[in-house]
Amino acid sequence: MANNIEKILNNEYKWGFETDVAVDTLKPGLDEQVIAEISRIKNEPAWLREIRLTAFERWKKKQEPTWAFLNYKPQDYQSISYYSAPKSAPLKKSLAEVDPEILKTYNKLGIPLEEQKVLAGVAVDAVFDSVSIITTYKDKLAEQGIIFCSFSEAVKNHPELVRKYLGSVVPATDNFFACLNTAVFTDGSFVYIPQGVRCPVELSTYFRINSKNTGQFERTLIVAEADSYVSYLEGCTAPQRDENQLHAAVVELIALDNAEIKYSTIQNWYPGDENGKGGIYNFVTKRGLCAGVNSKISWMQVETGSAVTWKYPSCILKGDNSVGKFYSVAVTNKYQQADTGTKMIHLGKNTKSTIIAKGIAAGQSQNSYRGLVKITSAAENARNYSQCDSMLMGEESGAHTFPHLDSAIPTARVEHEATTSKIGDDQIFYCKQRGISSEEAVSMIVHGFCREVFQELPMEFAIEARQLLLVSLEGAVG
Amino acid sequence: MLEIKNLHANIEQTEILKGLNLKIGSGEVHALMGLNGSGKSTLANILTGRDKYQVTSGEILFYGKDLLTLTPEARAGEGIFLAFQYSVELPGVNEVYFLRTACNEIRKYRGLAPYSITEFAKIIKEKSAKLGLSELMLSRSVNSGFSGGEKKRNEVLMMEILEPKLCILDEIDSGLDIDALQVVAEGVNRLRNADRSFIVITHYQRLLNYIVPDFVHVIVEGQIVKSGGKELALELEEKGYSWLK
Repeated sequence: MANNIEKILNNEYKWGFETDVAVDTLKPGLDEQVIAEISRIKNEPAWLREIRLTAFERWKKKQEPTWAFLNYKPQDYQSISYYSAPKSAPLKKSLAEVDPEILKTYNKLGIPLEEQKVLAGVAVDAVFDSVSIITTYKDKLAEQGIIFCSFSEAVKNHPELVRKYLGSVVPATDNFFACLNTAVFTDGSFVYIPQGVRCPVELSTYFRINSKNTGQFERTLIVAEADSYVSYLEGCTAPQRDENQLHAAVVELIALDNAEIKYSTIQNWYPGDENGKGGIYNFVTKRGLCAGVNSKISWMQVETGSAVTWKYPSCILKGDNSVGKFYSVAVTNKYQQADTGTKMIHLGKNTKSTIIAKGIAAGQSQNSYRGLVKITSAAENARNYSQCDSMLMGEESGAHTFPHLDSAIPTARVEHEATTSKIGDDQIFYCKQRGISSEEAVSMIVHGFCREVFQELPMEFAIEARQLLLVSLEGAVG
Repeated sequence: MLEIKNLHANIEQTEILKGLNLKIGSGEVHALMGLNGSGKSTLANILTGRDKYQVTSGEILFYGKDLLTLTPEARAGEGIFLAFQYSVELPGVNEVYFLRTACNEIRKYRGLAPYSITEFAKIIKEKSAKLGLSELMLSRSVNSGFSGGEKKRNEVLMMEILEPKLCILDEIDSGLDIDALQVVAEGVNRLRNADRSFIVITHYQRLLNYIVPDFVHVIVEGQIVKSGGKELALELEEKGYSWLK
C-alpha cells in the first residue's frame, strides 16, 4: 500500500467543457480605440466612456503589483481580447429567446435558469463571457422596487443610480487590476434595494468564461438604501484550457443607515491541470462601504478554483457602529496559488469587524492569508477579532499568514489568533480503524475545520460549498 | 476465531516480527506482555492493517478469512477493534457525529440498517453515562482537549458502540491513575462475552488484576517465547523478562 498522503491528486474539473456558440470577439489588444469600441457596442453615455478613459490613462502608468506571495508568468495584456459575446446577445426578455446551447450550458452547470428557480428562493443573473444572458425573476422583484439586472441594463435604465455610485467605493484610479477593469468592463450585475425593503429572495449571479483568449472583466454594484437587507450569491466556472485566462472583476457594495448586505461567493474557476498548466488568473477587487450608521456588510467566500487568486474583499467601516465581517475558506491543490484575505478599515466610532479565514493547502500548492486591520484615530472603541487557521495536506504544500495591524487609538481592541494543523496519516488511520473510508475521513476533518465559515453561508450555498470542497480535494489524501 | 501462523513483518526494512504464532478462541482474553520494541504494538498495527508495516511471510486468518488482503476499514467491519495507546485528536469533528458515522459505516458493512440520529442519541447517552463521560464531552471534537483518562474511556465507548469480535487493547493502562483504570477495566469487563475475544497488550501485571486473562504470552524479539495462565504475569512481575531470553 502506498503512503496515503504522498498519493496526490487525480481529480477532474467537471465544469471544463466548452460551449459551441457563435461569438463576436474584438481582436486582441488594448488601446483607446478598443475602449471606444466597447463603449460604442454597448451604446454607452459619454460620462461612462470618460470614466473608462480616465482609468485607462491611470492604468498605463501603473505597475502590476508584485507584493503578493504569488509566482506566475506576467500577462501580456496586448494578447487578450477585451470583448467577447455570443452573437445572439443582447439581453433577452424571456428564456425562449436565449440560445438553447447557452441554456444547456447553464443546465449542465446545475444552474437552471427557468422561472421555477423562483420556488427555491433564488433570482439568477447569468453572465456568459462578457455579457449578461438573462436575469430571472426580475419582474417580481420590481414590484417591491428592487432593481436586479445586468450592468448594461442598469446603465441604460437607471443611469442616475449607476453614475452616483459607480467608483464611489473602488475609484477608477484604484489598483492596477481595478483600473484595468474600469477601463474595459463589459457587463456584470446591478442591485438596488430601496429604503426599508428586505429582499425576499437570494439574488444570484453566475459567471461563465467560455471563449478562448478573452479576459472576463465584470462589474458588480450593489446599493442597499437605509433599513434594507439583501443577500447576494456569486458563482463562477470556466472551460478547461492550456492557456491561462485573466479574470479581473470589481465589486462595490454600499450600505446606508441600518442596511445589511451579505455577499457570498463560490469561486470555482478552472484551476489548471495536475502539472500546473492552464487555469484562470483571478485578480479581483471587492470592497464594501458601510456608509451609514449601524450598517453591516459580510463577505463570505469559498475559493476552490483558479490557478492564481489575488483577492481581498474589504470593508470600510465609515458609519458609526457599523459592522464588517469576512468569512473565508480558500482551498488550493495541485499547483494552485492563492493570496487572499481582507482589509477592515475602521473609520467610525464603535465599529466592529470579524475575520475568520480558513486556508487548506494540498498538493504542491501555496495558500496565503493576507489581512489588514486599520483603526484610525476617529474610530473610538473599535473592535476586531481575527482568526486565521491553516491546514496542510501532504508534504509539498505551503500555508502562510501575513496579518497586518495598524491601530492609531488606545481604546481599540484587537484580537488575533492563528493556528496551523495538518491532516496526518495517523488521523486517517484512526478513522479507517473505526470503519470510515479515507474519503469520508478527509471530508469530516475538512468540514470540521471549515465549520465556522460554512454555518455562515446561505443554506443552498453551504451544501454546494461542501460538495465542491470534496471534489477539489479528491485524491489529496489517498 | 484468530489464527496467526509464522508471521514475519518489517518496518522500514527492519524485521520486527520473526515467526510469531498465536491462536485465539472465541470469548478468550489473551494478555500479551513484553519489553519495549519486542513487537507487541507492531502486531496490533498489522492486525488492523496500518500500511507502514510490511508482512514478509506468514498468514493471519480471522474466522477462516485471510485478514491480510482486507483494507483497514473492512477489518473494522469484520469486527477487529483497536483501542489506541495514543488516541488521535480530530479537531472540528464532533464526537457524536464521528461515533454515529463510524457505527453506521460498520453496520452497513455487516448488512444492518443504520441508526437514525434519535436512535443513536439514546444509545450514546446510556453508554457514555456508564463510563462517566459527560454530555459536555460528547459535544466536543473527537479527543480534542480530553484528559488522558477521558481519551481511554472514549476508546472503550467506541469499542462498546462498534460491537467488535476481537478487541485489541494497546497499553490501555498507560498514564491512568488507579480510579480511571478501574473505570476502564469495568467497561472492558462488561463487554466480555462468549463471542468476543481480547488481546490485552501491557507492560504491567497490575492491569491484569482488573482484566483477568485466560492466557498470558510473553513476546521477546518478535516471537512468543512463553505462554501460560494468569499466574505467568505474576512470575514476570517478580523475575522480569531476562530469564526468558
